[in-house]
Amino acid sequence: MSPPHVTSLPRPPTAGEKAVDVTFRHGTFAVGLGVLGLLALIVVEIGGVAAPALREQGLQFLHGETWDANQQVYGIRPQIWGTLYSSTIALVVGGVLGIAVALFISQGFLPRKLELLLKTVIELLAAIPSVVYGLWGIFFVLPALRPVTEAIHDAFGDFALFSPRSAGPNLLGGSLVLAIMILPTVTAVSRDAFAAVPGKVREAAFGLGATRWECIFGVVLPTASSGVFGALVLAFGRALGETMALAMLLGNRNEFSWSLFAPSNTLASLIANTFPEATGTERNALMCAAIVLLLITLAVNVLGTLILARTNRRLRGLA
Amino acid sequence: MTAIELPQRPAPSNGSADGIVIDLKLDRLWYGDFFAVRDTHMPIERGSITAFIGPSGCGKSTALRCLNRMNDLVEGFRFEGHVRFQDQDIYHPRIDPVAVRRHIGMVFQQPNPFAMSVYKNVAFGLKLNGYKGDYAERVELALRRAALWDEVKDKLKQSGLSLSGGQQQRLCIARAIATEPAVLLMDEPCSALDPIATRKIEELMLELKERYTIAIVTHNLQQAQRVADKTGFMYVDTSQGGRTGYLVEYRPTRELFDDPREQATKDYIAGQFS
Amino acid sequence: MMTTDVESPPRAEAPSDPAGTPVDRPRLEHDLRAARSVFSGGFTVLCALLSLIAAFPLFGVLYMLIERGAARLSWSTLVELPPSAIQTEGGGFGNALAGTVFMVLIAGLIAVPAGVFAAVFLAEFGKDRPLAAAIRFGAKVLTGMPSIIAGIFGYALVVLTTGSFSAYAGGVALSILMLPIVTLTAEQAIRAVPAKMKEAAVGMGATPTQVVWRVTLPTAMPSILTGVMLAVARAAGETAPLLFTAQFTYFALRVDRLENAPSLAVLIYEFSGSPYEHQIALAWSASLVLVLLVLVFNLGGQLLARRNELARTR
Repeated sequence: MSPPHVTSLPRPPTAGEKAVDVTFRHGTFAVGLGVLGLLALIVVEIGGVAAPALREQGLQFLHGETWDANQQVYGIRPQIWGTLYSSTIALVVGGVLGIAVALFISQGFLPRKLELLLKTVIELLAAIPSVVYGLWGIFFVLPALRPVTEAIHDAFGDFALFSPRSAGPNLLGGSLVLAIMILPTVTAVSRDAFAAVPGKVREAAFGLGATRWECIFGVVLPTASSGVFGALVLAFGRALGETMALAMLLGNRNEFSWSLFAPSNTLASLIANTFPEATGTERNALMCAAIVLLLITLAVNVLGTLILARTNRRLRGLA
Repeated sequence: MTAIELPQRPAPSNGSADGIVIDLKLDRLWYGDFFAVRDTHMPIERGSITAFIGPSGCGKSTALRCLNRMNDLVEGFRFEGHVRFQDQDIYHPRIDPVAVRRHIGMVFQQPNPFAMSVYKNVAFGLKLNGYKGDYAERVELALRRAALWDEVKDKLKQSGLSLSGGQQQRLCIARAIATEPAVLLMDEPCSALDPIATRKIEELMLELKERYTIAIVTHNLQQAQRVADKTGFMYVDTSQGGRTGYLVEYRPTRELFDDPREQATKDYIAGQFS
Repeated sequence: MMTTDVESPPRAEAPSDPAGTPVDRPRLEHDLRAARSVFSGGFTVLCALLSLIAAFPLFGVLYMLIERGAARLSWSTLVELPPSAIQTEGGGFGNALAGTVFMVLIAGLIAVPAGVFAAVFLAEFGKDRPLAAAIRFGAKVLTGMPSIIAGIFGYALVVLTTGSFSAYAGGVALSILMLPIVTLTAEQAIRAVPAKMKEAAVGMGATPTQVVWRVTLPTAMPSILTGVMLAVARAAGETAPLLFTAQFTYFALRVDRLENAPSLAVLIYEFSGSPYEHQIALAWSASLVLVLLVLVFNLGGQLLARRNELARTR
């Protein structure tokens, strides 16, 4: 009996397979490059629309204080100020609270399961759309804040910081909502930085007889410091670009003011509030404002990303 | 040595009449539902090196970590029995675990320097204890005792993480002894190290024994024979369906290895050396 | 919690050794007045207090959302067209719900294939090349870009070209927000595929493309899906990009024509400033629906991720 005939299967890849392989690999390369191209395209496209207005307004655009479509005069200094002012307040409030929460849910104050649950809840809160926070701000924060701001104004009204007796939208209300919006970002990123401090390193501190807070201040915070800093920078970037909540809460007034209780405006909310009704030169001017916003946030984000990348490299040596 | 304000270490001749620094008695010990250790009683003598040996999972590290309440950090840990440090029950509600750990230092299995300079690593414990004197002097002293000074004296400002594995572990030892604790616990301190670094650490232990009481967990029987005065052999009991560790015998090292009393000890030693 | 030997409290008086010298016994008791204890306790209280302050508004949002949003929620609100200002009852946001779903779908159709392709390049072919690092960096920067910029870009690129606001322009703007999220999470997913699995395919003579399609992508698919769901959750809640590309309409969504398109997010924005109670109530209901939509996708993505992690460690 002869053994059953079995064909030998191996064959070199067909020309078709090779062609598919080469095409696919170059295809992924092209798409990958497209991600970078997109970034460039965004700058070029917006820049293209903005260019005429920028030429017309010149440097006056950056330091002018008037935004008047009828006279075709556009200056965005009050909005740049409002953007930085509201974001800074939000960063201070949201940063302190966010780091406190991150410590509270990562340093063994709570049972492990509860820590993980709270971490998930906070990540979910980060996903609530900003327009919803805006709605909540209008119907809860502004009314709740009003007696407080009025009392402060009556007591310390002489200070420029508290000068107009606020009635309605104001910088403080918007900034506080902004603080709550960036809080989950601060918490999530800095919690990750704290959690990345290896257990054996914390153990070493406890083994030397450190209390929990001596361990936190002596080891955890210094080790995770650049991660926390990166979290704050990223949150600041988010606050600078935040649009809807501030468009709904700040009052959309294009005037420079130190006051916490006065209506204000930011670059993003200026664009959001003005754009739908704008035509002609005003639209182009809004594009210029967008370019300025893009440059500011790009700078902050690049900084934050670099810091976080450095943290990861540094911590890798610990593991 | 110079007089210091740090936790005062009793002179070696002092202490309880029987020379016992820590009396470890674990009747039953659990992690949550897991019954981990039973019937382990090991009085640890002053100025000596005591070794814990046994197969993995026999609870030797757990027993060691009871000595300075490191197990408090594990959720679900509880036990029946007592741990007395110089006649004080360290698990008594009135006792502060943080204070205990300042007197009973620890060196861990994996070298775990902080992400800071060599100098700051060693100074960490001094700062914790509010030391007011000359830091540089104490740091140098600790590094010398840890036989690391000559290798790092020119790079005190460099990160502790830049050292080799063996150097990192000696840095951790320096960090632990800088405050002059009474007892030094070492949890498999050489398991991550090469033979040369291991030998350095062993020589170091024999020197340190003059000033500190040392308890060490090791999976290396030769190491126990080389350094330990007394050795406790622990084994795993699987008869109840779980994996519960217990102390088989605890005797002077020489006797335990030359003339083991229990069959389990004989088998384990024979198996490890064959 | 701890079982301790309560019968033998620390002995009060110091025993003496045979020579009669007192033993130097370390002080181990809790000392609540020690600076260290005060410091530690104080910070614990402060930290807990700050956490409580932070939790209050976060949960306040959820409470108010449910309390106000659920009041008007019914089947008809989910399907009917928005009420005009003079209409004091009835109406809903059916068109906006459809618009949001449609625009996110368009965005996904663009961003998911592109993102996965880019991720394959980053994780498989580009790896440690400087170009791959640059693309990765670019994607990270895109994640942090303000969403309003994506809207303006969509306006300049699509609306100005086609001459009209439309659902398609909205989809393009949203896809710009989804793309970097899909790219970065898919890259992580592909990298997590064990090398030995790929080696097995390579060892059998598969071309790199065959390895990717037959082994790597199928294995990484659940994790890639997690990233896609997170990206969908992000896109569905965005308002600013749609303001410049789709705008809003009270009428039904038309996908066969280029004209203004409705969406939940822009409806909330429009109605939040309305002086009519009826429209404000609808804004709350729409918020609740939008948040539920976003949370379902977000939670789904996270659960999927956790299940994968468990499967991998097993």
